[in-house]
Amino acid sequence: MKLTQLLTTAALALGLATGAMAQDKLKVGFVYVGPVGDGGWTYEHDKGRQAIEAEFGDKVETVFVESVPEGPDAERVMTQMALDGAGLIFTTSFGYMDPTINVAAKFPDVKFEHATGYKRADNVSTYSARFYEGRAIQGHIAGNMTESNIVGYIGSYPIPEVIRGINSAFIHARKVNPDVEFKIVWAYTWFDPAKEADAAKVLIEQGADVILQHTDSTAPLAAAAEAGNIIGFGQASDMSEYADGPRVSSIIDDWAPYYIARTRAVMDGTWTSTDTWDGIGPGMVGIGEITDKVPAEVKAEALAMKDAIAAGEYHPFTGPLNKQDGSVWLAEGEVADDGTLLGMDFYVEGIEGTIPN
Amino acid sequence: MLKLEKRPQPSQTWIYLAPVVAVIATMIAGGALFAALGKDPLVAIRTIFWDPLFSEFAFFYRPQLLVKGAPLVLIAIGLSLGFRAGIWNIGAEGQYIVGALTGAGVGLAFYPLEGWFIFPLMVLGGALGGWAWAMIPAVLRVKFGTNEILVSLMLVYVAEQLLASMSLGLMKNPQGFGFPGSRNLQQYPSAHNAELIAGSGMHWGVVAALIAVVFAYVLLTRHILGFHIRLTGEAPRAARFAGVNPGRLVLICLGLAGAMAGLAGLFEVSGPAGRVSIDFNVGYGFTAIIVAFLGRLHPLGIALAGLLMALTYIGGEIAQSRLGLPAAAIQMFQGMLLFFLLAVDLMTNYRLRLTKREVA
Amino acid sequence: MDLSSINPVLLLASLMVAATPLLLAAVGELVVEKAGVLNLGVEGMMITGAICGFAIAVNTGDPLLGVLAAAGGGAVLALLFALLTQLALANQVASGLGLTLFGLGLSALIGQGYQGVRPPSFPRLNIPGLSDMPVLGRILFSHDLMVYLGLLIVTAVWFMLKYTRAGLILRAVGENHEAAHALGYKVKRIRIMAILFGGACAGMGGAYISLIRVPQWTEGMTAGIGWIALALVVFASWKPWRVLLGAYLFGGVTVIQLNLQAAGVAIPVEYLAMSPYLITILVLVIMSADKSRAPASLGRVFHASR
Repeated sequence: MKLTQLLTTAALALGLATGAMAQDKLKVGFVYVGPVGDGGWTYEHDKGRQAIEAEFGDKVETVFVESVPEGPDAERVMTQMALDGAGLIFTTSFGYMDPTINVAAKFPDVKFEHATGYKRADNVSTYSARFYEGRAIQGHIAGNMTESNIVGYIGSYPIPEVIRGINSAFIHARKVNPDVEFKIVWAYTWFDPAKEADAAKVLIEQGADVILQHTDSTAPLAAAAEAGNIIGFGQASDMSEYADGPRVSSIIDDWAPYYIARTRAVMDGTWTSTDTWDGIGPGMVGIGEITDKVPAEVKAEALAMKDAIAAGEYHPFTGPLNKQDGSVWLAEGEVADDGTLLGMDFYVEGIEGTIPN
Repeated sequence: MLKLEKRPQPSQTWIYLAPVVAVIATMIAGGALFAALGKDPLVAIRTIFWDPLFSEFAFFYRPQLLVKGAPLVLIAIGLSLGFRAGIWNIGAEGQYIVGALTGAGVGLAFYPLEGWFIFPLMVLGGALGGWAWAMIPAVLRVKFGTNEILVSLMLVYVAEQLLASMSLGLMKNPQGFGFPGSRNLQQYPSAHNAELIAGSGMHWGVVAALIAVVFAYVLLTRHILGFHIRLTGEAPRAARFAGVNPGRLVLICLGLAGAMAGLAGLFEVSGPAGRVSIDFNVGYGFTAIIVAFLGRLHPLGIALAGLLMALTYIGGEIAQSRLGLPAAAIQMFQGMLLFFLLAVDLMTNYRLRLTKREVA
Repeated sequence: MDLSSINPVLLLASLMVAATPLLLAAVGELVVEKAGVLNLGVEGMMITGAICGFAIAVNTGDPLLGVLAAAGGGAVLALLFALLTQLALANQVASGLGLTLFGLGLSALIGQGYQGVRPPSFPRLNIPGLSDMPVLGRILFSHDLMVYLGLLIVTAVWFMLKYTRAGLILRAVGENHEAAHALGYKVKRIRIMAILFGGACAGMGGAYISLIRVPQWTEGMTAGIGWIALALVVFASWKPWRVLLGAYLFGGVTVIQLNLQAAGVAIPVEYLAMSPYLITILVLVIMSADKSRAPASLGRVFHASR
């Protein structure tokens, strides 16, 4: 035990020493789970990193390591960044949760920001985006636009984050179109373009004319473009290269405002450990431009909903809502609490099928 | 003209010179690659090979070499026994996963009970899990003559699905807010494979890897089983005359390899990784095949190859973060290192001769 | 549950598409293994082919040129393997694994700048009359050209191995390289040619994914298909027609699995995803009774002593 302390102190001393040497410049580290060229999740985090560089110029230095496996490798990369004098480290995958907490305990003077997790410490904040707010708008557009009344949904893994998105999209699609049905396919991967494309094709073959996706590649949009007469949405990234084809809008993970704010907080010495779950309002969730394929009045309604959500006037999970088995979840006017949303493991009434586990 | 001629004995000089030549060649070729990417090649090479060992933060990286190298060495030792006998188990990744699942399963079943006996039981569970998974291709090969390369490889994919199913279902942390993944065994003292000497990187997995190296060395040089393994690989027919039971050898070799891979998985899940999660496996089982061959299937060679491989991983990460080299360039660099090591190895067993053109 | 929403015609048609990259890569590897060489670098050659094909198709606007470039790219990477294993006599298993590592890195480097780019679309077969036929028209006569090219290559390989002198020599080299050498055949030259052919096929398989099946470029997009192709060759016990069958089985299970999910059948996805592998093992066990074995010299280093 003593040796640990000794080593930790040594590490600390060295970390501080290097930190002091480079005091004029704040070093910000990023640990990515995929390659920066994935066009989705990691790509958007890297855009956030570039935004920090653009904002602060010479006052910051950013470093990143891509495709870091979750577990001991992540822990090593974070430690290495801290040793090299990083003052702020963003760890951008759920699986980095325990490694982040472990490393943060060894470097109390380095600030850590962990995306999508729930464990915090004095020098560890968590942040995530309320993507379900964007899903509500997608659902609204999807419900209006579908002619076959079948909406295909490609899920990654059956976890609360994804289930929340399905429910949110479904509720708002049903609201404008009582006949709409969701066909849900679990790809069991976050990123496998060939499989995602196959999933999209299958859904299209089974009659879906709107494809929603909760996987990270543009493959489903590419498949929709091939099939023709199908609409889809960008996921994580704007995916505007498909704007003249199937893509009618998108949910964008816009980490830049948050990253810039947190970097500034470290520079000012005002950084404290927080739990951020931001949505459209603060700009963490962006809605990509709605194209002309969408009828003007639908577009206007969608934008109105976006404004209402941004202003906090409307919550996508507002009662009356029942669970799939018909039991009451939210009474008239009641709004879902964050705890239930975070651990959501049920479908709302009207969705067919069961959640695999 | 130049002609390759087989040496009667492997060259002692080249056995030691080959790796050095290969590493230098890799540095030159890799340096050219890094220069082409606009990075200073000397700095990049120094960052990868020198900094983890001798920079100011080496006190952190040196133990990490053990942490990263141990599972590679442990698995590769097991594989090398089979490879020497011509038994091709390329499914160590699957045995690694199943070992981790069964081992962690034993631990999680006892939660939150504390007791000294829990960790040894988990070790047993991990070894048995890996062993059982490897017994599938072994038994199929012995009973039906089914090709073990394919069966063991197929079982990797099956194990990966099993892992996903466990992380999302049975082993999911009930206090994890619905997120996939098990409890963290690092926070369960009786099940935690902690560092034996803090800060040294030494956990039970490293100890097991060291024991495996010694065990394999003794087995191959001193024991009749080791003799049978070598004989079967070099002269299968002679082995049969010598009374080697090929079926038994398959069961033993695959079983040992599976048990060792399972152990590696258990030590990883209960120590450095901590939890069963969908992406728990990071390819140790496949990388270990490379390590086994780099080490020329010799126990000591494997230990060194495992450390070298670990060095390129760790140095590669440092180079990514300090110099902004893309991960892809590091991957290519590792590929090059492998190519050069394999190519230069030629000189150990062959020599170049100038000959007069023979008349056909 | 609503199984009626599965359209069997479309299912069969998409099955053929899903199977094509596997088919191309596997039939190439089959020739390599018939020559007695085990190249585990299929994944690396596929992904290299995928980006080479993509880059050329985008820059020239001609997808067919892209396919050619993919074949070239795969073959160049295979050449590296040939140099290592045939001239430097390196271990084939390790060289192949290294090739995969190298190919994944190389493709990612070449591919920088091609993310989010859309490739020119690929010409489809459209024979007036035939392509418009109900059912059969959709299943058989309205695919992209690569599907037919894949089938053509399988047929050609089958014919070559079974009926031609070249096929006989190739098999002789794979079965007993010492004897083939004694008979005066250039073992190394034949093997190098086989390896290059395998690389070209794998490259085209990769390009099929990046140019047609998905179509786009993303790092690591082959996502393990090369490994399945490798398994497929053994599954097929080195017979071209069984490769075809196996490709449909492997490609098909994914498609069918997704179809069942979409139709609302409550299936345990992980267990279904295991099924092609379990089925393969089962088939293997059954086929072990049949005496078709691996080429006898598979994976063994050949060096002519005189």
